[in-house]
Amino acid sequence: MNRDRYNDILRRVLAPTVAMIVLLVLWEWLVWFKDWPNYKMASPSDLWPAFWKFRGLFFELGWDTLWRTVAGLAISIVVGTLLGMVMGFSRIAREGLYPILVGFNAIPKATVVPVVALMLIGLHDLNTVLIAFLISFFPIAVSVSIGLSTLEPEYRDILRSLGASKFTIFIKIALPKTLPEFFGALKVAVTLAFIGTNLMEIVEPHGRGLGHLFDSGKISADYPLMFAVLIALAILGIFLYYVVIILERIFAGWAERE
Amino acid sequence: MKDKAQIYIDDVSHSYETENGRLPVLKDFSLSVEKGGFAAVVGPSGCGKSTLTRLIAGLIRPDKGEIYLAGEKVTSPRPTVGMAFQNPVMLEWRSVLKNVTLPLEIVKPRQSWQKQRERARELLRMVSLQDFEDKRPSELSGGMRQRVSLCRSLVHYPEVLVLDEPFGALDAFTREELWLVMHALRKEVSFTCLLITHDLRESVFLSDEVIVLSDRPAETQHIAKVPFGEDRKLADLYTSESTQLLAGLRSQIEIAQGKSKELL
Repeated sequence: MNRDRYNDILRRVLAPTVAMIVLLVLWEWLVWFKDWPNYKMASPSDLWPAFWKFRGLFFELGWDTLWRTVAGLAISIVVGTLLGMVMGFSRIAREGLYPILVGFNAIPKATVVPVVALMLIGLHDLNTVLIAFLISFFPIAVSVSIGLSTLEPEYRDILRSLGASKFTIFIKIALPKTLPEFFGALKVAVTLAFIGTNLMEIVEPHGRGLGHLFDSGKISADYPLMFAVLIALAILGIFLYYVVIILERIFAGWAERE
Repeated sequence: MKDKAQIYIDDVSHSYETENGRLPVLKDFSLSVEKGGFAAVVGPSGCGKSTLTRLIAGLIRPDKGEIYLAGEKVTSPRPTVGMAFQNPVMLEWRSVLKNVTLPLEIVKPRQSWQKQRERARELLRMVSLQDFEDKRPSELSGGMRQRVSLCRSLVHYPEVLVLDEPFGALDAFTREELWLVMHALRKEVSFTCLLITHDLRESVFLSDEVIVLSDRPAETQHIAKVPFGEDRKLADLYTSESTQLLAGLRSQIEIAQGKSKELL
């Protein structure tokens, strides 16, 4: 093995691992040194037992969080793309809709959560998916509209001069051309949708999902459980993000340059 | 006249709507290019040359007058036209070969892929890009992209080729290379061409006649026949005959720009 490769592995594997271990040791030491009980703070060694104790709930409620996020995101993709198409192709629509969208996006969604939770009380699935959607469609709509409205006129002209229909031009050129922007926005949207799902799950009473498990931990001052949920959420969030990355590689890999 | 010409522009005027009222770009403009001919249009910046290409392609309709291609009135875009622009836009997600076949998907959607591929390969060979058919456009240089763009504009056997400053953004040597490519293509593929350019040497080297447009609203100000035959070499541009022709065109451009020679 040559020296460069050795250094490379050192940098990419060993460095983050060591950093992680140092962090965990410091955390463990702090809790031990201060002698904090479980109702005050959790230590890393408490996390696994907490997870194991509630493992059934973790998987059951984790699934709730996952599918609600994906469902909200799916609606975002459909609505966001349609809105983006309307705004991208029609200047009147863009000028009319844009201020409304910006205004809507400016409202912190945390304030919308209790409103939706009260309006649709008891409909846990519906209001969770709704918040995931509301929080995440904006970047998709904006990026699709920008992608379409900044299409160079030559792109349209090469097909239009042959008598191609608007639909053909959209399918053959505008749509694939916009995919890199779309996936850029999707990476932001997936994180937002995940935040939306958890916000609702934490706020609504008698809910489901990991957010609800977190809330249970909070109510019973069970810090090990709360931290275990946070770790589970981080794993789920990373998983969702990388699914988007893989889809991007498949559908818009051409936009990457070596 | 109208029946013989492949491109026939009859007394066309066109204007655009702007904030300060209508801006006329072409005025009582006529032009005729016979079948197999190669006309170059030069003129000051913004004098309406690009409008001319869009009118011929049927992308816009003139305010007044008519345009005929092969004796037929142009009322909408038609598949007998091929176009190439200064910006050689490529579908970056497709291979070079699939970029060239793109017009066939519109014009001959039922033609087999083998036939389409064969046609595209034939053209890529003519422009010496036969080894690049599987590459992505992002891997090509500017000159190569423009070659692909030329192949794409010719793949569906257009009768009329409209080139809107296709070599304008290339460096001088690449541009000369592409002039030679253009001549090679003209020998193997039959088409009638209208070239818009800012480069007088290019207009003389490539065309049979050079049309100088006046400043906006553009009218035909001057037509110069190019006295060279089919076989042209770059060295031909440096003969005294060429120099005289170029000097004549240069002074016409100055008149078109509305500047007197004394000022320059």
